[in-house]
Amino acid sequence: MSARLGVDVGGTFTDVVLELDGTLTSVKVLTTQNAPEQGILEGIDAVLAETGVAMAALETIIHGTTLATNALIQRRGAKTAFVTTMGFRDVIETRTESRFEQYDLDLVLPPPLIERRHRHTVTERLSATGEVLVPLDEDDAGRVIDTLEAEGYEAVAVGFLHSYVDGRHERRFGELVAERLPDVVVSLSADVSPQMREFERFNTVCANAFVQPVMASYLRRFATEVSDRGATCPVFLMHSGGGLMSLDDAARFPVRLVESGPAGGAIFAADIAERYGLDRVLSYDMGGTTAKICLVEGHTPHTAKTFEVARTHRFTKGSGMPISIPVIEMIEIGAGGGSIASVDVLGQIRVGPESAGSEPGPASYQLGGTQPTVTDANLVLGRLSADTFGAESIDLSRDAAGTAIVDGVGVSLSVDASDGAIGIVEVVDENMANAARVHAVENGKDLLGFTVVAFGGGAPLHAGRLCDKLGVDQLLVPPGAGVGSAIGFLRAPFAYEAVRSHYERIDAFDHEAVNHLLSELAAEADGFVRGGTNDERSVERWVHMRYAGQGWEIPVRLGDGAFDALSAQQLAVRFEKSYEEYFGRAIEGLAIEAVSWAVRVATPRPSVERVTVVDACSDVVSDRTRFVHDSASGATVEAAVVERHVLEAGHRVKGPAVIVETQTTTWIGSRHEAIAQADGCLLVRLGEPAR
Amino acid sequence: MIKTDFAHQVMWNRLISVVEEQALTLIRTAFSTSVREAGDLSAGVFDVQGRMIAQAVTGTPGHVNTMAAAIAHFIDDIGPHRIYDGDVYVTNDPWKGTGHLHDITVVTPVFNDDRLIGYFACTCHVVDIGGRGYGPDAHEVYEEGLFIPIMKFVDRGELNTDLVNIVHHNVRESNQVVGDIHGLAACNETGRRRLLDMLVEFEIDDLEDLAAFVFARTRAATLERLALLPPGTYTNTMEVDGYNDEITLAVTLTVGRDGVHADFTGTSPTSPFGVNVPLGYAQAYFTYALLCALAPEVPNNFASLEPFTVSAPPGVILNAVHPDPVSVRHVIGHFVTDLTLGAVADVLRDRIPAEGSGALWNFQVSARAAAGHTVADRPPVEVLMFNSGGTGARPTLDGLSATAFPSGVRTMSVEATEQVGPIVIWRKELREGSGGEGEFRGGLGQVIELGPTAGYQFEFSAMFDRVDHPARGRHGGGNGVSGKVYLDDGTPFDAKGKQLVAEGRRLVLELPGGGGFGDPADRAPEARANDVDQGYLG
Repeated sequence: MSARLGVDVGGTFTDVVLELDGTLTSVKVLTTQNAPEQGILEGIDAVLAETGVAMAALETIIHGTTLATNALIQRRGAKTAFVTTMGFRDVIETRTESRFEQYDLDLVLPPPLIERRHRHTVTERLSATGEVLVPLDEDDAGRVIDTLEAEGYEAVAVGFLHSYVDGRHERRFGELVAERLPDVVVSLSADVSPQMREFERFNTVCANAFVQPVMASYLRRFATEVSDRGATCPVFLMHSGGGLMSLDDAARFPVRLVESGPAGGAIFAADIAERYGLDRVLSYDMGGTTAKICLVEGHTPHTAKTFEVARTHRFTKGSGMPISIPVIEMIEIGAGGGSIASVDVLGQIRVGPESAGSEPGPASYQLGGTQPTVTDANLVLGRLSADTFGAESIDLSRDAAGTAIVDGVGVSLSVDASDGAIGIVEVVDENMANAARVHAVENGKDLLGFTVVAFGGGAPLHAGRLCDKLGVDQLLVPPGAGVGSAIGFLRAPFAYEAVRSHYERIDAFDHEAVNHLLSELAAEADGFVRGGTNDERSVERWVHMRYAGQGWEIPVRLGDGAFDALSAQQLAVRFEKSYEEYFGRAIEGLAIEAVSWAVRVATPRPSVERVTVVDACSDVVSDRTRFVHDSASGATVEAAVVERHVLEAGHRVKGPAVIVETQTTTWIGSRHEAIAQADGCLLVRLGEPAR
Repeated sequence: MIKTDFAHQVMWNRLISVVEEQALTLIRTAFSTSVREAGDLSAGVFDVQGRMIAQAVTGTPGHVNTMAAAIAHFIDDIGPHRIYDGDVYVTNDPWKGTGHLHDITVVTPVFNDDRLIGYFACTCHVVDIGGRGYGPDAHEVYEEGLFIPIMKFVDRGELNTDLVNIVHHNVRESNQVVGDIHGLAACNETGRRRLLDMLVEFEIDDLEDLAAFVFARTRAATLERLALLPPGTYTNTMEVDGYNDEITLAVTLTVGRDGVHADFTGTSPTSPFGVNVPLGYAQAYFTYALLCALAPEVPNNFASLEPFTVSAPPGVILNAVHPDPVSVRHVIGHFVTDLTLGAVADVLRDRIPAEGSGALWNFQVSARAAAGHTVADRPPVEVLMFNSGGTGARPTLDGLSATAFPSGVRTMSVEATEQVGPIVIWRKELREGSGGEGEFRGGLGQVIELGPTAGYQFEFSAMFDRVDHPARGRHGGGNGVSGKVYLDDGTPFDAKGKQLVAEGRRLVLELPGGGGFGDPADRAPEARANDVDQGYLG
């Protein structure tokens, strides 16, 4: 027997998934905000009871959590000091010196995570090449440590200029703190995020120190609780880069846990992509508040070296906290079931990013919400029905939804509830399509030929129309759409990516320095992976390059061998090929430079069972129908209502139809058809792009 | 009918998304630091008459209506009968484009089934345009570089290799510049293809109905917002340091029911240096000011810009005429926003901030081998940095410290800057006590100390304003503290022009703070206590 458990703690729900000899069983319980382990244990008990598996029989528990993200958003963490190089006290406060909203005179910038009075400087300075310009003044450091002691800080973040080149001053300062204040937790930027660019690196080390005491204590409590209940297996953590890490490493570098839930979703989509042998997939996850979109190519989600959390303003770029760690790259927009619709000054419907969330929830929940939401519109249009919805047994009120739509958008536009709902759904679909297109363009991709994998409670309702708008002609709706992230955790490899900035011009390439750097990075990444497993591991090496003078780098995959004197030319060729793929044409006669280097060590992903796509062998007819608005044709049509659990491989459901299950509803438009697959996926094929 | 409106709304959003995509691609590929860090670019889509339907929101307001107006010039100069499918047009005419030779604008006509239906245009700042190089030192536009009048870059699919050759032989870093022009053309081409897809998807043949919808909605919303401003005449003047000679900027706003006209009569005459501003560029910062104050959520297009008109006597610094030098027109141009806001500060008391530091404190360092070193071991390097002082306090909020306004410039990372050039930035932090007092405090400036690394010296090109004329407070608020420039050994250093920073010396820049808003006596005790705790007052 093989029993593995995935646990995803989200803001509202905690999802627990048990995989028992290849069969998945899931439970959704409410997240217990103050002690998340209580909700988890409740969920674990429920799923074990349902399957009759004993705690002691579990082989692995894999955990992902928004706890670190929430601590940053809510600014609930340790009393933290930041110590930096003299002359640079305000880097995390002055940010990029720009405004993220060009036309807002009353713009408020996000306050720094560590206030100015908790930021201290010491006398020391390295140059860009790591040479000591001013030695670390230990008397001065002693005076700063006096202050740290007097103020009673629980955590100290240390970020000195150019420590990504050489961390010696940071390390020495860390030792001095440890000698004097052994109970204070110290995070060094050279360890947490050795990447060039002080604003991003300093923020990252501050975030790590800030959440570390609370995360370490939570993780240890959780491990103790499950072991007290009889579990003998290890607990691993999902990290933001889409791999697993040990609990001890997670407790030291909790900033790596930020956005681990969404990363699990992308891994889930990547797993589906691999099963179906799809090289190009768009992972599309739509929940209550936001939609997240990620490109998955070659069964691997795209990654980035830096991202932003805790955006304070309408998910706007630049309004959050930059975190420089390897991360699965996705865009998140304020488009979810709870997103609120309104009419703007131009007489146009706007949807989101404000969300009714789960409290008070959409108007149709009748829990106090009065503003119209996307869910309300879906209900009015017949795409959702009043009695099938989500994890909770909430009966939705179509009347309340209609009233909210009339009050919120209908009156000012002189339309009825139905036309208002049509507008709301069309706008939210367009918003998601535009975001997906822009994301593809940013990555130098065209979405033609991609397959959308839709999961999360809201995605299967909107995915068909999204595909129309993107010109994508194939869609997969996997089973377990409501707990995709937790399933993804079970599919994740042990993996760690070590990244460091190191500047090299191709025309003055120091291959020995690069070899040395890459072997250090490989050792670092391998150390993390060995914290979790001794299984066979693979190594991938990347470099981020650009033409001299540009500000954006593109990733270039490196071969396996060591570099020699002839390698520079090959590297240039690889870069130009990648550049052409991104931007259409390489540019002749320009110098090329490499900026940062990454080594990813990973265990192979568990081998997947390839799914052979089955064609339709019989049409499902249903005696239940309901009237549903079809956005693509603009007409209201009579749609079949089909229970998903009755579908077997080869069953075809012709649109218009709604396929219902407890966690979600899939809408099949008039010109689409869904064919059930052997693994329970719905394969939705689309006819001509929307006309 | 209403369904048509929804479809129009969706198409409008789509067009905005398409031009945003164009802008993003440009930012990623462009070679110029100011495109990357300052968003010094623009992209837009136009109807067949050359009226702008949608524009990407980018970092600099300077392109707001300069690019919108450019298309009409292209149509006139190319000649309607010479516009063909497969054409691409180009110019960097400061008066028909976006205000200086460094901005190259590329326009592509869009045909659907042999019928002209509109245009795509985009603009970006290029690294070099020949001449003396970027800076205020030319006395005529002829010295500022290569001037490309409106012409065909591609004629019915055929590249104008003569033009490419001319560019190659007249600018520094010519591969980058030619690369950027191709990049602009590729960007329009992407837009063109997306637009044609959209026509198929929505089953329309042209943009006429959509444009009419966009303009009608926008015009109504803009005029509704404009009604917040009582009709009448409003004036303001502002003194700034200028280049050698102090400059007076003057504006008279005439507010009517259907628009606002700005007249810049009373403004000082043009300068012999390249700080002069073509009128279209002044119009951009005037329009930007009022859009921020009145209608921040209305997207830019022909109808939102149409109500804002300008005039000025030829020969004043806000109406430079050919061949006046205009290379760094932003230094004075950016003050037009505070000048405009100041004129309506009394009637819009709850909206208009105090004056801010306004002009950016950008500098270019030309690092050269110091005495005793050779070019071989200390090769020359150029380093560019953008830095901002404080913004003015707002009616209900403190000003923003070390933040650009009205420009959208970002600063560069100190570490990244030191990686590319022989420069050490010893200090870059908030300048305590520099914000103007008030119920709401002005944003703080910052202090920057920098010097050459061993074996180097700098030629430092300074163009700093608000050293003699601080940002003024509003409604009882105090002035921001003005800027200072000096060497660490006490040697005086001028805020304008090229000067030397010798090996071993450090240059200290103290950037100005923003003005305060309201009576300092009314400042909330908690805000006052926080200022002390955080050390904002020095």
